[in-house]
Amino acid sequence: MNSNAAQKIDVDLQSEQGVDQYLTFCLAGEEYGINILKVQEIRGWSEVTPMPNTPDSILGVINLRGTVVPIVELRNHFNLPDAPRGPTTVIIVVKAEEKNGNQRTMGMVVDAVSEVHNIAITDIQPAPQVGDAADQPAIAGLATMDEHMIIILDVDDLMINRVLGLLDEDSAA
Amino acid sequence: MDLSEFLDVFLEECFEGLEAMESGLLHLDEGTDLEEINTIFRAAHSIKGGSAAFGFDHISKFTHVMETLLDELRNGSRQVDKQIVDLLLASVDILREMVEGLKTEDTPDEARVAELKTALEAALEGSEPAVNTEQNVQADTATPEARTEAESARWQIRFIPCPDLYREGNDPLRIFEALAELGQLKVQTDTSNLPPLSELDPATCHLRWEATLEGMVAEEQIHEAFSWVEGDCELEIEQTDIAQENARKEAPAPVVETKSDPKPTPPPSVAKATPAAKPAKASANRESGSIRVSIEKVDLLINLVGELVITQSMLNQAGLNQAQGGGPTAEALLNGLAQLGRNTRELQENMLQLRMLPINVAFSRFPRLVRDLCGKMGKKVDLVLSGEQTEVDKTVLEKIGDPLVHLVRNSLDHGLEIPEVRAAAGKPEQGRLELSAQHESGNIVIRISDDGAGLNREKILQKAIENGLVNDKEELSEERIDNLIFQPGFSTADKVSDLSGRGVGMDVVKRNINDLGGTVSIHSREGEGSTVVIRLPLTLAILDGQLASIGQDTYILPLISIVESLQIRHENLSSVAGSAELYRFREEYIPIIRLNSLLGNDGGIDSLEDGLLVVVEAEGQLAGLFVDRLQGQQQVVIKSLETNFQQLEGVSGATILGDGRVALILDIPGLIHLFHKKFSEKTLHASLEEMRLKDAPIKTRNQPAALTAAS
Repeated sequence: MNSNAAQKIDVDLQSEQGVDQYLTFCLAGEEYGINILKVQEIRGWSEVTPMPNTPDSILGVINLRGTVVPIVELRNHFNLPDAPRGPTTVIIVVKAEEKNGNQRTMGMVVDAVSEVHNIAITDIQPAPQVGDAADQPAIAGLATMDEHMIIILDVDDLMINRVLGLLDEDSAA
Repeated sequence: MDLSEFLDVFLEECFEGLEAMESGLLHLDEGTDLEEINTIFRAAHSIKGGSAAFGFDHISKFTHVMETLLDELRNGSRQVDKQIVDLLLASVDILREMVEGLKTEDTPDEARVAELKTALEAALEGSEPAVNTEQNVQADTATPEARTEAESARWQIRFIPCPDLYREGNDPLRIFEALAELGQLKVQTDTSNLPPLSELDPATCHLRWEATLEGMVAEEQIHEAFSWVEGDCELEIEQTDIAQENARKEAPAPVVETKSDPKPTPPPSVAKATPAAKPAKASANRESGSIRVSIEKVDLLINLVGELVITQSMLNQAGLNQAQGGGPTAEALLNGLAQLGRNTRELQENMLQLRMLPINVAFSRFPRLVRDLCGKMGKKVDLVLSGEQTEVDKTVLEKIGDPLVHLVRNSLDHGLEIPEVRAAAGKPEQGRLELSAQHESGNIVIRISDDGAGLNREKILQKAIENGLVNDKEELSEERIDNLIFQPGFSTADKVSDLSGRGVGMDVVKRNINDLGGTVSIHSREGEGSTVVIRLPLTLAILDGQLASIGQDTYILPLISIVESLQIRHENLSSVAGSAELYRFREEYIPIIRLNSLLGNDGGIDSLEDGLLVVVEAEGQLAGLFVDRLQGQQQVVIKSLETNFQQLEGVSGATILGDGRVALILDIPGLIHLFHKKFSEKTLHASLEEMRLKDAPIKTRNQPAALTAAS
């Protein structure tokens, strides 16, 4: 019985070939998606400890069961207007992987999580180039689901190159 | 059986054994003690046994010769003299290289190995060891001599094993590897007896070998290689003369090469294979890795965890009672919580104990180092170690080794004089170098003191002025002058020796120690010697912190850097040009660092008189940190920010407070740097200069060197 159930979940997770599951969330009315395998957990909003001399988009750190985890304000990072924290505001804790395989646990603040979609790789189209490539906020592509657009983000690129990269520029300056 | 998982243990044991041998040999200098020789012998014996079991024949062979020599010392048929001790010490060195070679897959200096082995054998036969035990002499030059001295011979070996060779657990590869150790080996495999593949039993040996061995080899040694199989095989060993052999070589025997053999038999090129490189998979470097813990410490932990379980069930019971509304439970609950608190604290302390090792691990290399250096420099030094059993965190221990070596070398090179000079100064010819360790209020304090010449303050001051480290008008205390030697680019040695004096070193020593959260200082009396004092935290995992609040946030200041906390008195405040704020603290002007603006904290008190000033010291500078209020002192567990984020200037890490919130641990030297960076150095300097003119008698001795140098 048990093993059957486990198998079923396994099949569900892997789904068909070429189809990945994406967790979608809202940010200033836009819907974003990240690969669900990158998500460690979703937490309710809690106060963070601010850190000195970091970009505004880095809110600070929280205590995640004994681990110190940095929290990124995604609205700020994407230059979206600030919004008050609401009852649906959550922190999505993700595991971002560096090129050398080193994993970092980081959190990002989003307005609300919405759902999990199965999206085939073939249904994801590249994002149109707008402006300088370096300014593109780690968009892996665009997908359409039920008549609306989901912006698929590359978590590794976003967290490692864009968020932490920002810090390097800062300290270099 | 796969031995590779035991390899690490074996290597560790080897290093331990080598250390035991070394320290034993050093004691032999002082007189023959049978117990000491026994210890050395046992260590050599277990290295030999272990390496043989792993198939590191080159090591076991080498150790075997050493062991034989030691055995003669042990049974009294040979007297201990300096020459033998030197030879054995050199052998320990090369043996250590060989063992390290297993780890790093480097091949040791074979010429040196052969040379030492020959020397050991020569010593065994009673002749003078024909080896130069000075390490820096090029080994290669001596080798050909050693080689030609022994008789060069060529051996023809025919080896027909019994068919059960493999079943008896023997591996011909081992034998040939052992032979290859002795000299130039060429092996040819005779596969003429091999049945067709369909009838082949892979566990039966159908092969025969013919080998030629060239080198200074005794027949006995060859027999020894075959000792495991000699009883049930046909073995012919004969010596051929070289000319005859050459003729033979021209007409090669019609034999098939082993490559066609389906069985796991040795490839024909055994002679070239380096047996050491084969099984040794370099897994860990010398740092980190494993740790040896005494069984008592583990038992204690198990007891504590047992108590924790009992406390947990007690609390459980109290909680259930409460839920059912029965009995006087609040008291039971509080009792349980108190017990839990006590248990946790004990558990934490004992866990930390697991990482603690005696400082002896770092000290043990010094007797040898001092002995070697003294020999080189013609000095006589008596090394006294004390407090070797003082325990310190493993990480600290690993990182303190190099700075200690540097300091000891410095003392030997610069501090202690040669016997003639000492005699002329009315001191005993033999100098004294003392290394001690002890616990002092949660820190470990290491002292390195010598009774040498002490520091030459005039020379230091002159050099410092030359380098622009200090202003020649400045009045410096003696202590401050002495400690100038820890500044970068400083060396008072008249000539650069190979030991020290290149001007790199003391500043690196200081930096390494600072990185460990420790401090270093030197106290010197001219003509009487100097003492270096190193103060280190016992562990890097826990810190004694002072909690300070700014606005809504709590920060941790390392207690070790706090000099004093005080309420700001208006009359001691000065502000220069409306920008730099200075506070007069014990006749000195120190800059006030407003932590809220430096850390970008929006909250916090702005009016200086309403808050507190925490006077801190880092790298010899004083500064006042302005905070809202202090909360209390507490031991905090350091969590790295780098794991998930990255290092920030002014922050050394984070910790989790009792309420579950994260608090940042401030890094005082980093904060001061940050402050200087934010606050233009010029402005500050100008204001200090102004203060000095206004208030001439006040010394500014604690002003940062960088600032004074900027003038």
